[in-house]
Formats: sequence, C-alpha cells, structure tokens
Amino acid sequence: MSVAVANPPTRTIWRRGILASPKGRVGFAILVALVAIAVFAPLIAPHDPNAIDASRILGPPDLAHPFGTDDLGRDVLSRVIFAYRVSLGVAVGSTLLAFLVGVPLGLYAGYHGGWVDTLIMRPIDMVLALPALLLAVALIAIIGPGSNVALLAIAVIYMPILARVIRSSTLVVASQTYIEAARARGTPSRRIITRHVLPNAIGPAIVQATILMGFALQIEAALSFLGLGAQPPTSSLGVMLADGRDFLTQAPWLEIFPGVAIAITVLAFTFVGDGLRARLDPRGVTR
Amino acid sequence: MSDTLLRLEHVDVGFATDDGTVSAVSDVSLSVSEGEIFGLVGESGCGKTTLAMAAMGLLPANASVRGSVRFQGQELVGLGPDDFRRLRGDRISMVFQDPMTSLDPAFSIGEQVSETITAHRDVSKKHARDRALALLAGVGIPEPERRYEDAPHRLSGGMRQRVVIATALANEPALLLADEPTTALDVTIQSQVLDLLRDLRHRLRTTIVLITHDLGVIAQICDRVGVMYAGQLVETATVAEIFRAPRHPYTQALLAALPTQDQVPGTLRVIPGRVPNLADPPPGCRFASRCPFVMEVCTTVPPLAHETADHLIACWLSEATREAGRPTGAATGGAA
Repeated sequence: MSVAVANPPTRTIWRRGILASPKGRVGFAILVALVAIAVFAPLIAPHDPNAIDASRILGPPDLAHPFGTDDLGRDVLSRVIFAYRVSLGVAVGSTLLAFLVGVPLGLYAGYHGGWVDTLIMRPIDMVLALPALLLAVALIAIIGPGSNVALLAIAVIYMPILARVIRSSTLVVASQTYIEAARARGTPSRRIITRHVLPNAIGPAIVQATILMGFALQIEAALSFLGLGAQPPTSSLGVMLADGRDFLTQAPWLEIFPGVAIAITVLAFTFVGDGLRARLDPRGVTR
Repeated sequence: MSDTLLRLEHVDVGFATDDGTVSAVSDVSLSVSEGEIFGLVGESGCGKTTLAMAAMGLLPANASVRGSVRFQGQELVGLGPDDFRRLRGDRISMVFQDPMTSLDPAFSIGEQVSETITAHRDVSKKHARDRALALLAGVGIPEPERRYEDAPHRLSGGMRQRVVIATALANEPALLLADEPTTALDVTIQSQVLDLLRDLRHRLRTTIVLITHDLGVIAQICDRVGVMYAGQLVETATVAEIFRAPRHPYTQALLAALPTQDQVPGTLRVIPGRVPNLADPPPGCRFASRCPFVMEVCTTVPPLAHETADHLIACWLSEATREAGRPTGAATGGAA
C-alpha cells in the first residue's frame, strides 16, 4: 500500500534484501564461509604455506595435498588459503576506505548542490575519467609496490564511483517532502543530512560497494600479477597466478585453484549485490 | 478578533528561472489575528503555498522575497537561516499536503515527533518521548505507547496526517500553516482531520492558516478567507460574507464553478480562459483576461481596499478600490 518511491531504510536491507532472494542467500552463505577461511587461515591450512619439500616438487593433487604442490614443493591449498587472506583483506579494505571517503563527499555535494557540488564533484569526475588500472599503476609507480599500496590504489579508483552513486540517490531523497518536513520542524541541517538523508540514500551505494568488493579482488590479482601488489614473502592470489604461469603445462593446478578462488569470490559478491539490488534499486533487477 | 499575529505587507515573491523572473506572489497584504483560522484559497499555482513557504523561510535559493512579513512583531523577511530554523517547528509549524510522503520512511513515527522537541528544547530523550506520547494521544492515535516505534508505512493516511499534525504541534506553536492538509485524504478522513484542527484551535488557541483549493473545507472551519489569483490577493472577507456576497469577479466565478445537485450530470462549469504566464504577467489585474467585466482601467493594478471593515477587495468595480486608487492611480496602495 505504500506509495513512497524512495529507497527502503537501511535497517530492512538485511531482512528484506540479502536474505529474501535465493541468489542473495547463496552468495551470502559463500561469503560467510570465505571470510571464515580468511580469518581462521592458520587453523584451517593443513600445512605451513612456506614449508619447502624437495621430494614433492610440482606434485599433482592427492589426499595429503588436495590442491597439489608447487615448484618448491609447497602445499598449494595452504598457500591459497593464506593468499586468499591477503587478497580478501585488500578487496574489503579498499572498498571500505572508498566508501568511508566517497559517501560523505557525495552526500554533502548532493545535499548542498550549487558551488559546493561543483567544488567536490569536478575533481572526482576528473579521477573517474582516467582509466582505472592506469591510475593504480601510476599511483604504485609513485609510492612503490605492496599490498597496502594496492589497497590505496583500488580505494582511489572506487571512491569517485561511490561518491557519484550516493550523490545521485541523495539528489532524489533531498527533494522528498519528508526532508522538507524535517526542515519545517526546525531540524538542524547536519542532523537532516545524517539522520534523514543518509539512511534513505545509502541503499544503492551499499549495493554498488558489494559488487565493487568482488571486482577489487580481481584488480588486486591483476596488480599482483603484474608484480605491483603484494611483495614476497607475502603472497596473494595474483602473485600465485603470476608464479604458476611458468608451469602452466606441467602443473595446471598452480593456476586453476587460485583462479577458482577469485571466481567464486567475485560470484559470491555479485550474488549478494544482485540480491540487494532487487530490493534497493528503483529500476529493479537489471539482469 | 484580538491582536494581529501575522501581518504581510506588500509581499512580492519572485523565482529566478531561465525564462526570467517568475512573479509567484505580487503585492500581497493581509493580516491574521490570534486564534483565528484563516483560509487561503485559490487554484493550483496561485501562490498560496509560496506565501506560506516565504513565512517559513523554506523557499528555494532562486527565490527572492520583498515586502514585510511580521510575525509576533518580528520581521521575517531577511531573517538569517539559523534564526529561521529556530523559529520553524517552534513558533511556526507546517502541515504538508500528502501525509504519505511527509514522514520519513526510515524513522518511527514517535521519533519524528520527539525530534521536533529535541530540535528546539534542551530536554532529555525520556522527556521528549513522554511529550511525544502525549501529543500522539492528543491527536487521536490509539495506543500511542504501542504505536511509537511503528514505521510510517504501517499507518493509514488519516493516522499519518495525525502524526504530522502532532509533529507540528510539538512545541505549541503560535501559528500553524496547514498546506492542503486534507487534499490527499478521502472524505471521511478529511472531516476527521478538520475536526481535529478545529478542536486544537479551541484547546490550544493555535492560530491556523489553512491553504486549500477546496471551498468546502473553507466553509467548514475557517473564520476568514483570502482569495488569491495568479499571485495576487483579490479579496478577503469573513467566510459567511464570501459565500453570501462575493464581490470580486474571480471569487464569484469560483463559487459559481462549485458543482451543485441540480446541475446537468456530466458537466462542470468552468471559468473560460487560462491563467496568465507569471514569467510575463499582464500589467494590472491578472484576472482581467478572463473577467467578464473587464474595463480599460484594469491594466492598472487595483489596490486592495476596505469595502467594509471585514471585507477587502481589489477590483476596479468596487467603489472602495476606485477610492483607494484615485490619488495616484499607480500600482502601489493597498490595505490600511
């Protein structure tokens, strides 16, 4: 019976969003499992990921080493688990950082409009105009490689995207009568922004951030593959892909399992994002 | 009636647009006495809401207000945004047209009432909550304790409008601006809300300015009424007087357009012609192009003049207007 066109409030996102669609439930279940693996990596990994075993160089998968062993005889399963920890950390951390910076900027720009909007959004548009990977590579060239730098680089790529998303939903929400009604009650504008505009405008940004998180894993892998992300002895899924490339014909398990880990994670994030979008995006499901 | 609570003098409101300045309100002067229900009537776009928004300081940035709006002796034109904020929700409140959209879907109804209190009073959350519960009970929300945490979508339109009214009354404002408070509601609920407003006036002595295009609503609860057309105030009088002896041709046409029982079914009486373009309003009386009695003098703005003590009219047909307009014949002039 509701005729409101605005986005549903944040507190109902979980109940009616993620868990309402089968897709969202599957994605969410996979994500919970993946996060648990990343968090409890030392408890789950069957072997020391860095233990070298000369007798088992490039060994195929078997019961003791379900994902096989690499060119130094290290257990691939254990290495994937630990690498996954780094990759997921970068993916989640970068998106979170981009969210925390981008959302206030977009919110403020959208609510105030006029020259405030121009001042905030024009530089953001400029960043958005640059090719994402090129931007990341340039940033890493300036600061130097490393997984933290990769995190920062991805955050710089994502921040403008999230700022634009929240800005546009803020424009819609700010023109609603209930915002004018809040002003008419004498509510201070800071409180209107944080308590009335933000909860109603945040939905699409959450959807976007969820999907971006999956792709962040891909960008991190790409950067690491290029030698610009995690540096030895730290490993990430991208580093593993890069290292295993030389043995692709003899030991494909070195590429398959890190690749599958990336694919499953991106899929899980996309499922959750789609599940949320079905509820939060006014255009409905787009695929 | 007693003291003047709100006095508007020569108020002009213009909106700067790409097509030039749109004159939404032109030279409106009126006063509202303490404790009365004043109806402001006119068709859509005639400047009723703009006038209320001007008094609330809620006009968009491209609007400019000239003239004088005095509320409790305080000049509101040119008041700073922070002073306006302190005024709103405290001494002047507003009820919006559509209760379906004027409550925040992310907030419980109780929180929206208590927010109005905490925005203006330095009181504890508990105190604000208790007061909000009393207010909800006061506007006829059954079981306010249980309803407090409810999201707006769980309430019907009429109940929501009661919540909106409770919110507006939270700090016992001296003036309540009700902008089409019943338009979005069905007829039974409409009369309940009007009863509530009438009851509040008696209980709290709240002065109410009721903006509507519905003459039936005016007839039900207003004491006096102002008729606006295309940004100009054309006539003010007591409700009885307006319905008994409307003087302005627009008011007469408006009343004649009310459907009656003996009307031929399927037909509605209309006023021929169209509202003038307010980006380029005609000089003089803005009703002239649709007026059956149009004269040459109508290209000059008719001043609002006292026909009787309670009845003001801005039309060259009126002796009082001709009298008021005589010394200069210019566009200024108006109510004493």
